[in-house]
Amino acid sequence: MEERIKAIFDCVVNGDNKGIQAEVETALAEGVNPSAILNEGLIAGMGEVGRLFEEGEFFVPEMLIAARAMKSAMAILKPHLGSGEVGAAGKVIIGTVKGDLHDIGKNLVGLMLEGAGFQVVDLGSDVPAEKFVAATQEHAPNVVAMSALLTTTMVNMKSTVAALEEAGLRDKVKIMIGGAPVTDAYASQIGADGYAADASRAVALAKSLTA
Amino acid sequence: MAKSLFLERLAAGKPLVLDGATGTNLQTRGLPVGTPSDFWVMDNPEAVLALHRDFVEAGSDLILTNTFGSSRVHLGHAGLAERFEETNRLAVALARQAAETAGVMVGGSLGPLGEMVEPLGSLAEADAQAEYAAQAHLLAENGVDVLVIETQFDLIEARAALRGVRFATDLPVVVSFSYDRGTRTMMGVKPAQMVQVFSELGVAAVGINCGRSVEENFKVLQEVRALTDLPVWFKPNAGLPLTNPDGSLYYSVTPDLMGEQARSWLAAGANLVGGCCGTSPSHLRAIAQVVKGQ
Repeated sequence: MEERIKAIFDCVVNGDNKGIQAEVETALAEGVNPSAILNEGLIAGMGEVGRLFEEGEFFVPEMLIAARAMKSAMAILKPHLGSGEVGAAGKVIIGTVKGDLHDIGKNLVGLMLEGAGFQVVDLGSDVPAEKFVAATQEHAPNVVAMSALLTTTMVNMKSTVAALEEAGLRDKVKIMIGGAPVTDAYASQIGADGYAADASRAVALAKSLTA
Repeated sequence: MAKSLFLERLAAGKPLVLDGATGTNLQTRGLPVGTPSDFWVMDNPEAVLALHRDFVEAGSDLILTNTFGSSRVHLGHAGLAERFEETNRLAVALARQAAETAGVMVGGSLGPLGEMVEPLGSLAEADAQAEYAAQAHLLAENGVDVLVIETQFDLIEARAALRGVRFATDLPVVVSFSYDRGTRTMMGVKPAQMVQVFSELGVAAVGINCGRSVEENFKVLQEVRALTDLPVWFKPNAGLPLTNPDGSLYYSVTPDLMGEQARSWLAAGANLVGGCCGTSPSHLRAIAQVVKGQ
């Protein structure tokens, strides 16, 4: 069993999309516990990918292929998991703020959060404050995550925080922000709960905010 | 190949002064939060012209058109695809107008398409090439001196961009990468890979722009210089963005400090120097004084 899970973990880290499908099928056929495949294989594998990214060993391409492998493994594994097990880490609403069309970073954060066991509702890019508010009302997430790549658009994070406040939702969610021009200081200035410098740190932050 | 003013000026051997930031400067001049700076080419051309003029006055030898995000792909995402021809045409006209002052050249800015190219993304390489070709064609036709493929992070997209530009025009081309993971791009591209790929493809200069801190950009500059005899284009950010108590932004490197650092850029072998995000006309003036005082 240990060996099977280790092989799945390695497939995630190496982004081996074909290999992982065969490994998960075999593991399931051999009766390996699906929850163990999820937690010790897939989620732990994505955690290792994040660590290697933070260390400067991995870059965006490695993260993307790892997330792809994780997703195809999940498609096979999902029917074998209990209903509460997928997305058990919490629910996150994510989007790039109004005026900003950049979604590469936001997508990566979404993928890594899914990889860490969060349920992710992706609102896309150029998301107005009202849409963040409406989605928060609809989905009741634990975390609202906002991205901005431009110095000219990051200020819309502030107006989104204000809109959530005005709608009476601010106390019900944690707010995290990220993107090239964003800083820790900016997060505290606009009343967000945290800032993450990259997709891997975003996972750690989401975990600590929902702990 | 037709005579090129840009290549002549480069060959003359003296370092050339580029311009500073577009977005951050227009924002301090009232560009509304959330509005891409390219939109002002059509919506507030006077402000775009005034910023170009400020850079020319501060000492730029070459200014870039405000077309970084004016590819069909980008405009299309904003629902403004119908502006494509007009905004690129007008952007060149505005830069040209400001450059009238004897000898100032205009570079056509081409930014990343904002979608990832296959196999990691969904944009086909051939389509990326066609998008760059279409925008380069407009910029060339309306009279730029050089095309500048900038803030790149992916070798595949940058190569497609260069092929597209080459398809559209014989003008010289600069290819510049943003090393925003320190001395690697977000896709992991190393300075050595940029140099290797693009020196073989015959670009007029390889470049480093945006990225993270001035110090990290400087390390990349040293690395690139050690690997090639090609001219090097260098436009770092004025440090990192910091926030004022009122939530507005400023950059950590002052004009004086930027000027001081420009001295080391030249010593390290940069041939074309300016600044990216946060570089105001005052920063640019400080850089120009150092370059022209050499």
